[in-house]
Amino acid sequence: MTTATTEEIAVGGRPEGMSMPLLGMVLFIASEVMFFGGLFAAYFNIRAQAPEWPPAGLEHLHASVPGFFTVLLLLSSVTMQMAVFAIRRGNVRALTRWTAITIVLGVVFLCGQVYDYSTLDFTIRDGVYGSTFYTLTGFHGAHVFGGVMYLVIVLIRSMTGQFTARHHAAVEGASMYWHFVDVVWVALFLTLYVLK
Amino acid sequence: MTTTAARPAAKPHAPQPRSAFMDYLTTTDHKKIGVMYLYFSFFAFLVGGVLALLVRAQLTQADGAVFSDADTYNQLFTMHATSMLFFFIIPIWAGFGNYIVPLQIGALDMAFPRINALSFWLLPAGFITVFAGYLTGGGPAEAGWTEYPTITTGHYAGANGHGTDLWIVGILLVGISSLLGAINFLVTVFKMRAPGMTMFRMPMFTWNIIVTSMLSTLALPVLTSALIMLFIDRNYGGSFFDPALGGNAVLYQNLFWFYSHPAVYIMILPAFGLVSEVLPVFSRKPLFGYKAFVLATAGIGALGFSVWAHHMFTTGAVLLPFFSFMTALIAVPTGVKFFNWIATMFNGKITFETPMLWCLGFLSMFLIGGINGMFSAQPPIDYAIHDTYWIVAHIHYVLFGGSVFGVYGAFYFWYPKITGRFLSEKIGKIQFWMTFVGFNLAFFPMHILGLAGMPRRIASYAADPQWELLNQVSTVGAFLIGISTLPFLYNVAVSLRGGKQASADPWRANSLEWATSSPPPVHNFDSLPPIRSERPVFDARLDREAQARLKTGPGGAAPAGAS
Repeated sequence: MTTATTEEIAVGGRPEGMSMPLLGMVLFIASEVMFFGGLFAAYFNIRAQAPEWPPAGLEHLHASVPGFFTVLLLLSSVTMQMAVFAIRRGNVRALTRWTAITIVLGVVFLCGQVYDYSTLDFTIRDGVYGSTFYTLTGFHGAHVFGGVMYLVIVLIRSMTGQFTARHHAAVEGASMYWHFVDVVWVALFLTLYVLK
Repeated sequence: MTTTAARPAAKPHAPQPRSAFMDYLTTTDHKKIGVMYLYFSFFAFLVGGVLALLVRAQLTQADGAVFSDADTYNQLFTMHATSMLFFFIIPIWAGFGNYIVPLQIGALDMAFPRINALSFWLLPAGFITVFAGYLTGGGPAEAGWTEYPTITTGHYAGANGHGTDLWIVGILLVGISSLLGAINFLVTVFKMRAPGMTMFRMPMFTWNIIVTSMLSTLALPVLTSALIMLFIDRNYGGSFFDPALGGNAVLYQNLFWFYSHPAVYIMILPAFGLVSEVLPVFSRKPLFGYKAFVLATAGIGALGFSVWAHHMFTTGAVLLPFFSFMTALIAVPTGVKFFNWIATMFNGKITFETPMLWCLGFLSMFLIGGINGMFSAQPPIDYAIHDTYWIVAHIHYVLFGGSVFGVYGAFYFWYPKITGRFLSEKIGKIQFWMTFVGFNLAFFPMHILGLAGMPRRIASYAADPQWELLNQVSTVGAFLIGISTLPFLYNVAVSLRGGKQASADPWRANSLEWATSSPPPVHNFDSLPPIRSERPVFDARLDREAQARLKTGPGGAAPAGAS
């Protein structure tokens, strides 16, 4: 009778397809999609039943300045992908450089968010318009902040030489997460600033 | 020439003797984490049970004289449901899943052991946060486990205290625990199956844990978003759910039930899995219709996303025909399962060990829960029985008669694997019949009360002698259930040292967890049998017994029954 030994069980995992950390990240992002799905559902539900949107006394949000920061965030997705391409070739220096640029772009985006908030003349307490706007953008901002923290860890690990062309699951995961956060922002930007 | 100090000799890695306490505190072993889940969840079961007995004490008399303060009563039933749903039923299946799933698929551990430990430790954190409400001036949450606005958004003074905020934060913590656990299960099952263990050879319990985990991953974040909006409404002046300011109170109900209906399947599907493991073993037959079972499980999971609004028929804000139809449709895959369970037992050599008793109890009681649920799924009937004791009867037939019977079945079935010793069959049977009788005494009268129109969640009721009598019967039953946990606790405690010793495969079972010693070693398996069907341990035993027969020759001992 043939039996598998402990060693065979240990390596008996399934190497084909996605690696375990990446699969975990994909499932986590799926759950995040549903989280933002809940927030978007609330937004559209409330907006659909509102007699006018934005409510009387408020003008439609200006899209120009946030639009500029949107471009920066999209650019950061490109730089993040450059970081991934770099480490796939085993180029740690380029990984460090592109990750640092991505972090800077992320921080600039967050500063832009704070600036945008400071120019608005309504707060989270001012009815459903304020509640939805600040909750949706705020939770997105929190995700960008979390992404920046994640990238800082990737940067430190990159600078201490912990990544190689073969072993860089954390970089791939960070890039997936960062792209996801960008896509959410595009949806948010179109919904909150552009959609009339 | 460079001189360097001699490299200090590496110290031999001596395992540090650690206390059992530190061992469990820092462990990332899925078996130890699973055991901690079981201890914690059962503790929450006892807490929720004591709260339930206080609820029943209050309802013994129509004037509700035990707790003259209705707020206290509201807190009791709110915390009872919170403890039972979020801290007992959902996590106890995560506990069995943690212990059993890696063994069933022939893996060494879960995919992310440290995240696994985090998932567990978030549970007591959430529990303490929720129950810390008792330390606040206003007491804990008291708007029911659903925490509907506008009750919870300042329109009702009782829910203004910080107990409700603590409840929200605590449930968010449990949500993270559940989500991380679900992702961990999915990655474990997708990536760590032993050679030969294809998806369609996995045991049914593992399949049910997968579907459960998919539901958690996709539905739970929606509850998270709803709770966050509720928190913003309560604390930061938001107005998501305040109709006066342009919000929508029914929106919360939609988001809440989008999770909490699938959550019902999160609580029951693992019990389905357990029953599908136990019935073949004690009927000595293979599971009837394995693939149909898998598809039915996936079907229940998929349909689970399109039935949530049947909790909200009377709001008048949902499409009744659609949600009624989809809800009725759930009966189809569930019916497939019942058919297959009965067909599994048909013509089998059935024996009535305790795990089997609990599963047969499950079949009969869950059937009643399914049928009385079908009444609620019809809007014309639901308008009459919504928020009456009929609903309380339904949920307890499904969650106690279903999930809890399954949990006890799982304890009796897997206790030999986890500890290496059997639970006492005699005490187990006494406990089963006490629970079975107590359960029906406690919850069957609620059907009649509901049809008679007694509303749920009230601290006192109309002084009708019939209502009072039925409530008293119910209270007697509830206390009988309460007492029935004592023989179980005694059984678990005594059998740990004095129970009959169990071999690796004490029940002559089918799935891989029985291929390793009882209890399993730290690394789970010294060797695995070849996996060529969904019953590898059965195949190996058959092979072994055939070899033994060959050796004894035609004139040898009569062959032992191989199946």
